[in-house]
Amino acid sequence: MKKLLSTAATASLLTIMAQTAQADGQVVVYHWFEYIPQELVDKFTAETGIEVVMDTFDSNEAMLASLKAGGMGTYDVSVPGDYMVQIMATEGLLDTIAEGELANKGNIAPEWLDVSYDPGRVHSIPYQWGSTSFMVDTATYDGDIDTTDILFNPPTELSGKINMLDSQGEVLAMAALHLGIPQCSQDREQLKALDAMLQKAKVHWASFNSDTAKEVLVSGDAAVGQIYDGFGAKARAERDTLKYAFPTQGYVVWMDNVVLLKDAPNRENALKFMDFLLEPENIAAVSNYARYGSGLKDVAEFLDPELATLPESNPPATAGAGAFIQVCDEATQAVYDQIWTNVKK
Amino acid sequence: MASGAASGGSANTDTYEEARSWLLLPAWVTLVALSLIPVLLMLVYSFLTKEFRGGVIWEFSLAAYDQFFFDRGLFGDDPATLEWTYITIFWRSIWQAGAATLLSLLIGFPTAYFIATRPETSRPIWVFLVTIPYWVNLLIRTVSMKFLLRDQGPLNDLLIGLGLIDSPLHMVNTNFAVQLGLFYSYLPFMVLPIYAAVERYNFALSEAAADLYASKWTTLRRVLLPSVKPGVIAGCILVFVPSLGAFLAPDLLGGAKNFMIGSLIEEQFKGNAGNWPFGAAASMILLTMVLIILMIFARQQARAEREV
Repeated sequence: MKKLLSTAATASLLTIMAQTAQADGQVVVYHWFEYIPQELVDKFTAETGIEVVMDTFDSNEAMLASLKAGGMGTYDVSVPGDYMVQIMATEGLLDTIAEGELANKGNIAPEWLDVSYDPGRVHSIPYQWGSTSFMVDTATYDGDIDTTDILFNPPTELSGKINMLDSQGEVLAMAALHLGIPQCSQDREQLKALDAMLQKAKVHWASFNSDTAKEVLVSGDAAVGQIYDGFGAKARAERDTLKYAFPTQGYVVWMDNVVLLKDAPNRENALKFMDFLLEPENIAAVSNYARYGSGLKDVAEFLDPELATLPESNPPATAGAGAFIQVCDEATQAVYDQIWTNVKK
Repeated sequence: MASGAASGGSANTDTYEEARSWLLLPAWVTLVALSLIPVLLMLVYSFLTKEFRGGVIWEFSLAAYDQFFFDRGLFGDDPATLEWTYITIFWRSIWQAGAATLLSLLIGFPTAYFIATRPETSRPIWVFLVTIPYWVNLLIRTVSMKFLLRDQGPLNDLLIGLGLIDSPLHMVNTNFAVQLGLFYSYLPFMVLPIYAAVERYNFALSEAAADLYASKWTTLRRVLLPSVKPGVIAGCILVFVPSLGAFLAPDLLGGAKNFMIGSLIEEQFKGNAGNWPFGAAASMILLTMVLIILMIFARQQARAEREV
């Protein structure tokens, strides 16, 4: 009996110790869904002994809402898109990374080192980048697809077979490119034109789906669908008649970034995690899985050779310019919200 | 309770009386912490000023309710007219939820009647069968429904195979698909209360009605239905109320082309709008509507009982 008791005591002591060790050694990550390969997460834990706790989100806005509604102080790092880094910095949700805190900062490719949404990269490091455009099933339509008319003024064979992303930012940015007006325009005539154009365009749209943007194209439910380039490459692998468009009017470019959150409970481990993702070999694993570009130098040797020739990440000479989504001021955003409500009322 | 006190002796009763308020504590805590406080919080938020990109500023404002009822144009400076946008969205949701409830009642009532009239030993098996699909997550079931309905899906394949139709019926992204999805999501909530009511029903009453030359239809209408009415009403409320706020089925099966009450509110918190007071105001208006509907039902029931 005595022996049993002491065994039990030892066991519970071990459990307590194990738990303390675990609590010391974790990093809490708030990440996009279906993005980072599990093997890479396991590799980080094997190398550092730090356990990765991960929650996922499905849109930049949902992530912001959950952080503002009490998520701060829970998470160490998050992965916002370009414009959201700027918004989060303005809202005071991001911690500053001092010079020298990241050993691998020198690995960032020069063109991604100083970006408009985070000058000097004081809050963020590059994660993945790519474009948002749309795909067309060439079995349904064999005309020219490199025009935004496909989405907003489609030929009859595509009308009623279009899936849009359920995201105000992506839809309105593309609509502004279609009309050739600046994003977040404050010009009333331009905003009225944007509203009127979308009212006419929406009758051609079958659905708004972001989570299943790939699935609706692969299944044939939609013949046209707004989609991110990497998701597009995966869709084409499952249905080879799908083709990614690079409109002459332009397309949306985005970059996801790993940011250090204010009040991070495990700040040291968060920095280790960021340094880990600044290793070319590690970030290449994400690119190979997600089919996006990386934003680091010297990644090429670790990349799947097929990535270099992906039609989804190599715009033809005719393609218009890529543009980041802009952050609107409060008054313009109110008009944008009204236009979006009009689209979906 | 009274007879228990008489036979149980006074000492025993006192212990119960003393313990009673403590025994009720968990119920009170649950009610206040999980139901009352969140609703009050919502009520307060709906009267606050919105903060840009989510959050509230602690200043009293009627802006959220103003936005709901008055249209001031794209730029917010036209003279105010009645805003139809949100009324239309609410009406659409009520209509969808109503149709789903009716569909559930039409299928659910005969199902419940069937189960309640089986021999006592086999009834649990039938109830069990009704609940089996609901062990699976709602999202999975809704997505599966979409797979079944799509243009190149099994249902269309079957109908074409049988020669009933020539080209696929377009069902995904229609109102019909949404109603079907809602109906499928909440059917057991209709079947189970009606089953409970029919099971308690004394079938000797139906026999008596038949002896008095009532037709089967009259027996159903004048004898059975009034007896099981509380179960039917409970079932209707249990299907209608969650359908009203649902957004999974409208998003996945309806294509999210038009806002429903649920998705409109979701957009205020999770979308670009980030307008928490407006989301709270829309929720309060929804809550008020549901309360009114429940009160009408309750009053009708009370009147019916008085007449009996």
